[in-house]
Amino acid sequence: MSQKVLLNAKEVNIILHRLACQLIEKHNDFSNTVLIGLQPRGVFLADRIAKILKDDYKVQNVQLGYLDITFFRDDFRRGEKPLSANSTKIDFLVEDKNIVFIDDVLYTGRSIRAALTAIQSFGRPNEIELLTLIDRRFSRHLPIQPDYRGRQVDVINNEKVKVHWKEYENEDAVYLIEK
Amino acid sequence: MSELSVDHLLGIKYLNPQDIQLIFETADHFKEVINRPIKKVPSLRDITIANLFFENSTRTKLSFELAEKRLSADVINFSSAQSSVKKGETLIDTVNNILSMKVDMVVMRHPNPGAGIFLSKHVKASIVNAGDGAHEHPTQALLDSYSIRERLGDVHGKKVVIVGDILHSRVALSNIFALKLQGAEVMVCGPKTLIPKYIGELGVKVETNLRAALNWCDVANMLRVQNERMDINYFPSTREYTQQFGVDKALLDSLNKEIVIMHPGPINRGVEITSDVADSKQAIILDQVQNGVAIRMAVIYLLASKIKQ
Repeated sequence: MSQKVLLNAKEVNIILHRLACQLIEKHNDFSNTVLIGLQPRGVFLADRIAKILKDDYKVQNVQLGYLDITFFRDDFRRGEKPLSANSTKIDFLVEDKNIVFIDDVLYTGRSIRAALTAIQSFGRPNEIELLTLIDRRFSRHLPIQPDYRGRQVDVINNEKVKVHWKEYENEDAVYLIEK
Repeated sequence: MSELSVDHLLGIKYLNPQDIQLIFETADHFKEVINRPIKKVPSLRDITIANLFFENSTRTKLSFELAEKRLSADVINFSSAQSSVKKGETLIDTVNNILSMKVDMVVMRHPNPGAGIFLSKHVKASIVNAGDGAHEHPTQALLDSYSIRERLGDVHGKKVVIVGDILHSRVALSNIFALKLQGAEVMVCGPKTLIPKYIGELGVKVETNLRAALNWCDVANMLRVQNERMDINYFPSTREYTQQFGVDKALLDSLNKEIVIMHPGPINRGVEITSDVADSKQAIILDQVQNGVAIRMAVIYLLASKIKQ
């Protein structure tokens, strides 16, 4: 199993700040906008983006939630491994809100499809956008594209993109791993 | 671990502590789901479940049906009162006829102990035991433990007394297995005639003095006297039973600590507990009912994930 660095800590930092600025450009003071990190690994990116917005750009109203999509996935009973759920934590109403879904890697688009269904259980949002750190090009199974992307990469099917966070894996980096 | 060790839920006896932990963790997620504005997930949309009730039930049947519908399963219901069982059809024939309509899972309540186990050996479907005679009622025991965990933080190390008609109670037996598996201390309390002779072999304490039992415990699970299963008189009169084994507010307030009161329902108000106890803050009877839906969703979800496509 070999691995290659796609982004190092400095590049990740620059990209996160750029994504935060793009969000501010569109959503101003976030008074009607909520960020939703997708479980399991999208929440790390969502936490980081929310922290940058609050600490570095002094945005006061950042509302952050976590959404678990396990029970909305389309591969229940189809995979080798059983699906295990994570917690959902949305302490605010999403009715008429502008939602930004946040996930680390956009691959087939099926998780996002599930998230679009899952979020309906919490109300009818005004609009939903998608932010991803890594966009795997040419691998989509569904017509889903990100509104904010960190880096677009071309990855073949037997390769995997893994995002590391310094809070959990002691470093900020993105790796391309050959299975 | 994210998979049950069993393909059917026939009784707590066949589970291990990891299974119970997994069911509880999954139920935590479903409890969050059933408190959403839209209380439904699409996981089981290609699963069909038959609820076969050969014995009367209100709560359990509604709870299972709601759990199945919240998971988006297709549900068919059957109760023996309006069926061909009355015309002499055997259990296996009845169930196989239903299964030939492409049913994946069977939830069954039956008056005969072991009916679920028998069925699991003869038909191709996941079986969930919703009560078999005086044998087991596993989902009730799971939701009872889950409610204790919710109120007291953990089941391990807690002292639980089960009060009343132990002899005829499937809830008692399943609870004993479930509580022991999780490391709780268990006591049974009731008239000697309603306590099985060899119950001590299950590792439970026996007490016939209610006040002593309540002073010992953290949680009291009050059972109903099952008059319908009694062919002889096990105690002189209901009034005498209530005097010795009924809990009222005065008794509760006179204890040296605040205990949690549970009841699997249906309550005979004024017999095993009085109304002011049933409606007091110490009672978690309605929490048990709400948790029942989440626990049954978890059990059905976890068993369905093991059904091959």
